[in-house]
Amino acid sequence: MNGVMRAATAVILVLVMAAAGVHGAQPQPPQEEFVPIDELPPGDQMPAAPLLIAAYAIVWAVVFGYLWSIWRRLSTVEREMQELARRADAGEQDS
Amino acid sequence: MICMMQSQRMFAALSVAGLVMFAAAPLLIAQAPYESTMGLIQKIFYFHVPGWIVMFLAVFIAGIASAIHLFRNRPAADRLALAAAELAVVFGLIGLVTGPLWAIKAWGVWWQWEPRLTMSLILELTMCAYLLLRRYGGPGSDKLAAGVAIFAMANVPFVYLSVNIWRTIHPATSVVPQLAGSAPGMFGPFVWCAVAFLVLFTAMMAARTRLEAQRAHVERLHLALEER
Amino acid sequence: MPNFFRVAWLVMRKDLTIEARSWEMVSTTLFFAVSCVLVFSFAFVRAGQPVEGAAAGILWIAVAFSGTLALGPTFDRERHHDALRGLLLAPVERSAIFFGKFLGVVLLMTAVEVVVAVLVALLFQAPLAAHAWWVAALLMLGNVGFAAVGTLFAAMLVRTRSRSVLLPILLYPITLPALIAGVMGTSALLQAEPNLDLARLWAAMLLCFDAVFTTLALWTFEPVMTE
Repeated sequence: MNGVMRAATAVILVLVMAAAGVHGAQPQPPQEEFVPIDELPPGDQMPAAPLLIAAYAIVWAVVFGYLWSIWRRLSTVEREMQELARRADAGEQDS
Repeated sequence: MICMMQSQRMFAALSVAGLVMFAAAPLLIAQAPYESTMGLIQKIFYFHVPGWIVMFLAVFIAGIASAIHLFRNRPAADRLALAAAELAVVFGLIGLVTGPLWAIKAWGVWWQWEPRLTMSLILELTMCAYLLLRRYGGPGSDKLAAGVAIFAMANVPFVYLSVNIWRTIHPATSVVPQLAGSAPGMFGPFVWCAVAFLVLFTAMMAARTRLEAQRAHVERLHLALEER
Repeated sequence: MPNFFRVAWLVMRKDLTIEARSWEMVSTTLFFAVSCVLVFSFAFVRAGQPVEGAAAGILWIAVAFSGTLALGPTFDRERHHDALRGLLLAPVERSAIFFGKFLGVVLLMTAVEVVVAVLVALLFQAPLAAHAWWVAALLMLGNVGFAAVGTLFAAMLVRTRSRSVLLPILLYPITLPALIAGVMGTSALLQAEPNLDLARLWAAMLLCFDAVFTTLALWTFEPVMTE
């Protein structure tokens, strides 16, 4: 077996053992019946803070992403412009 | 050359100002009072509404610049329209992402087919169609896209008023204009965020139009070289 | 300079004459509209019964799709032998040419709507006949709005590459408000207890849409076709 295959086998073995170990560590009594409740207790409701933080982070990401994309496109264009200017000068020197 | 240096400095100053303002925003938002029915999640309002304000502004700029280009044949107006359209898509994306993040907590669903949301999505799609036309339409698509942008601008009042005509789940347009009176603690942070977004928008517009201007310059250089 | 309406009438008569020779547009568009409705009737029927409230949507979707399909050939036929340039070089107001084309599209779509409405009423057991005048009014208003925007964009794109793909991309977002208004108005009429006030409201919105967009189309046709 070459190195990659060995590494892959090792990873798979570790994952299988971890899964087995986790399962074994939590004894699960069978659920007898469903118990309905009207409203989730405050601890279980979808928390607002991660959503708020995600919104803020996304605005940053979009703004920065766009500015970076403009910067990248601008560099390409300016490089092209310098190339053309160089060729124009070279052409002038020839003629 | 001097003009270029000045505009670059202005762009840098605006960007820094906008980013600093936006970085400071959470401090102000944290101090703002909570809304009685929605609690913490309502604070997305400070990004969501300015995002849409800027998007509508961008659509108007694109529409008016397109009209100028269409009827007066000004390439500078066309470049402005393209920049504004691209930014409309970007800020519309911000609005369409922050909205559902708010909605899942406040309404229990990510999306609802109610007038304001539907119309905003339509507006975003129209601006995307503008960009697609410019990219894939071939020569002459600048004039055609200008027509599309004018129609998109005509759609904006329908979007804004839709919430007033049909009483639906989305907060009405009366919330923001009355904010100074009804919730003064919220008004300050809201104005701060709105100004931050506007400053950022101006900086991004300046950068994008400069990119288009440089591209046009490169085109002219190509043509000049070919003629030799 | 000939009168605006006379020019429009001449353009429309030209198109109708061409159509009367072959009936190509009418037959293909009608056939497509009918196939559309049939496809939807398979998709939206459960256990032999039509799905509640689907009739209005299907009616308008079939009209929108058929309209989009018909718009392409309407201007494509002008590409042969530089007919379009000939038309644009004529010493007449360009917006009159637009208006003539627009009326032709409205007529074609009206024919489609009549057939599709009858078919939908039959297949989906929708009581369209109970409020025939209101349904006709909504369909006509939606027709006019869709045709105005569609004729403009089809004319704009006639010399563009990828035009067959770009036309739907441009057309649907802009005309969606009109289509939504049409569907909502028609649904209000087809409910168990028809809500005439709501239908009136949607018809009013369609009227506004038509006024704004037909005016815009008339204004922008001239500069957009100049190249």
